Amino acid sequence: MNAIIESRNLKLWYGDHQVLKSISMEIPEHEITALIGPSGCGKSTFLKTLNRMNDLVGNVRITGEVNYNGKNIYSPEVDVTKLRREIGMVFQKPNPFPMSIYENVAYGPKTHGIRSKTELDGIVEESLKASALWEEVKDRLKTSALGLSGGQQQRLCIARAISVHPSVILMDESTASLDPVSTGKIEDLLMELKSQYTVIMVTHNMQQAVRISDRCAFFLMGELVESGSTEQLFAKPQDKRTEAYITGRFG
Amino acid sequence: MGRRTKIENTVSLLKEKIMQAVFFIAACTSILAVALICIFLFANGIPAMVKIGLPEFLTGQIWKPGNNIYGILPMILGSICVTAGAAVIGVPIGILTAVFMAEYCPKQIYKPLKMATELLAGIPSIVYGFFGLVVLVPVIRAIFPMETDGMNILTAAILLGMMILPTIIGVSEAALRAVPRSYYEGALALGATKERSIFSVMLPAAKSGVIAAVVLGIGRAVGETMAVMMIAGNQPRMPKGILQGVRTLTTNIVLEMGYATDLHREALIATAVVLFVFILIINFAVAFLNRKAAD
Ligand SMILES: Nc1ncnc2c1ncn2[C@@H]1O[C@H](COP(=O)(O)OP(=O)(O)O)[C@@H](O)[C@H]1O
Ligand SMILES: [Mg+2]
Repeated sequence: MNAIIESRNLKLWYGDHQVLKSISMEIPEHEITALIGPSGCGKSTFLKTLNRMNDLVGNVRITGEVNYNGKNIYSPEVDVTKLRREIGMVFQKPNPFPMSIYENVAYGPKTHGIRSKTELDGIVEESLKASALWEEVKDRLKTSALGLSGGQQQRLCIARAISVHPSVILMDESTASLDPVSTGKIEDLLMELKSQYTVIMVTHNMQQAVRISDRCAFFLMGELVESGSTEQLFAKPQDKRTEAYITGRFG
Repeated sequence: MGRRTKIENTVSLLKEKIMQAVFFIAACTSILAVALICIFLFANGIPAMVKIGLPEFLTGQIWKPGNNIYGILPMILGSICVTAGAAVIGVPIGILTAVFMAEYCPKQIYKPLKMATELLAGIPSIVYGFFGLVVLVPVIRAIFPMETDGMNILTAAILLGMMILPTIIGVSEAALRAVPRSYYEGALALGATKERSIFSVMLPAAKSGVIAAVVLGIGRAVGETMAVMMIAGNQPRMPKGILQGVRTLTTNIVLEMGYATDLHREALIATAVVLFVFILIINFAVAFLNRKAAD
């Protein structure tokens, strides 16, 4: 197993409230890792430590390490903008920019210095195809992204994340606000994307974790209780608390 | 028993009707005020425009009431120059201040800064005028001793630029704060810097509010009278450079209204009509922008 991300003794406090209690975990490359657990257990917080979106929160304290390709992303010389380019993120609620569909996808590449129109056109098409949205929007690239349906908006956000060619994509309950059809489309999409990207997704939906994840990690009150292959974690949970959660006894 | 409820019902119904009428009358007052102002302005101003001749009035370059020559083009241009200058100075500073307050400002600085901008809005124009007279005029005179006595378009533009700051800052800041945070996070998550996220996503998303702020500020600058009168020089001649004294539509009225009679007086009211049309255009622009923002 080749771990692309590894957290070591990662602890996080908001003020004096400890939210992550010494998380050590390896995330293998080109697989889908699902983070599950009852709400408030720290899944989103953990996910946001991986691309340092927690930097935006005032009053946060982090100890331990998160190694990406063997380098600690919390060491002072790390360029956070470069890091976020390599570790992209799709949020829970679709958040396309109030611009055209084209501009949404071109925003990332432009941010990283690509100016050539043909190159941008190419990236936009390729990203929208990769997120299975191209056929639906190719005739209205210049119209506002806010006119798309929720499911389309979320796929646009995936296209936007892909447009800067990250190696890892973080998804925080990114299908939670969508209908089953859109959710299905995005799940199919993720299965395809994993040949090129490493996906780490938070999900509330255990069927979804079973359907698409290769590995699974169960969080409870800021602790990583158990992690392993999804099959094994659901078939033979090692910890009683995991078993209780997946059989629906709490959460 | 049944009778009583009936009476009570009638009474409460009557009360409701009366209250409705009161509200209606209150609402009518403001409409009535606008209507009366319009009627007064147009009834008194239009005859003068007809007597002088509309083209001569609007495009005449000479204002000599003593000789019965009434051309207000110098004042129209004066108002435009001074307002444009105020916008050039006030708009960038105002928008950048709003960005600072909404996105960068540390909590400890925010409160005093907010209070300062609000206070700036509450200062009477006569006080601004004195500030201009005592501070700006000597400074400008010292910088350009050969060209000006210090009372000119530049001085007026600087002072008006300061006066429109609170409007621009307040409205732009509110517009920026109304933009969903998720846009900002989305841009950062793509690897954009804070500056890029703000200037390429947040500010464009707040565009209609920011434009409304600018238009409101311009409206304030066009209508300002006292402060401008104290520092602009007030010469009724075609402006030929920013270091020349200038008279605006508003100051033209105030300066001469006290002693004007007959056609002269009517011509001043006609000047007010032109000013009123300016303000109407600006208000419609704001309404139009708000409607566009709501879509
Ligand atoms: N910005 C924040 N400031 C303070 N506390 C927070 C913040 N974000 C989350 N928390 C707290 O951290 C805990 C974990 O939250 P979160 O990571 O969002 O959980 P999950 O995603 O598993 O539902 C919760 O108790 C939550 O209240
Ligand atoms: Mg969460």
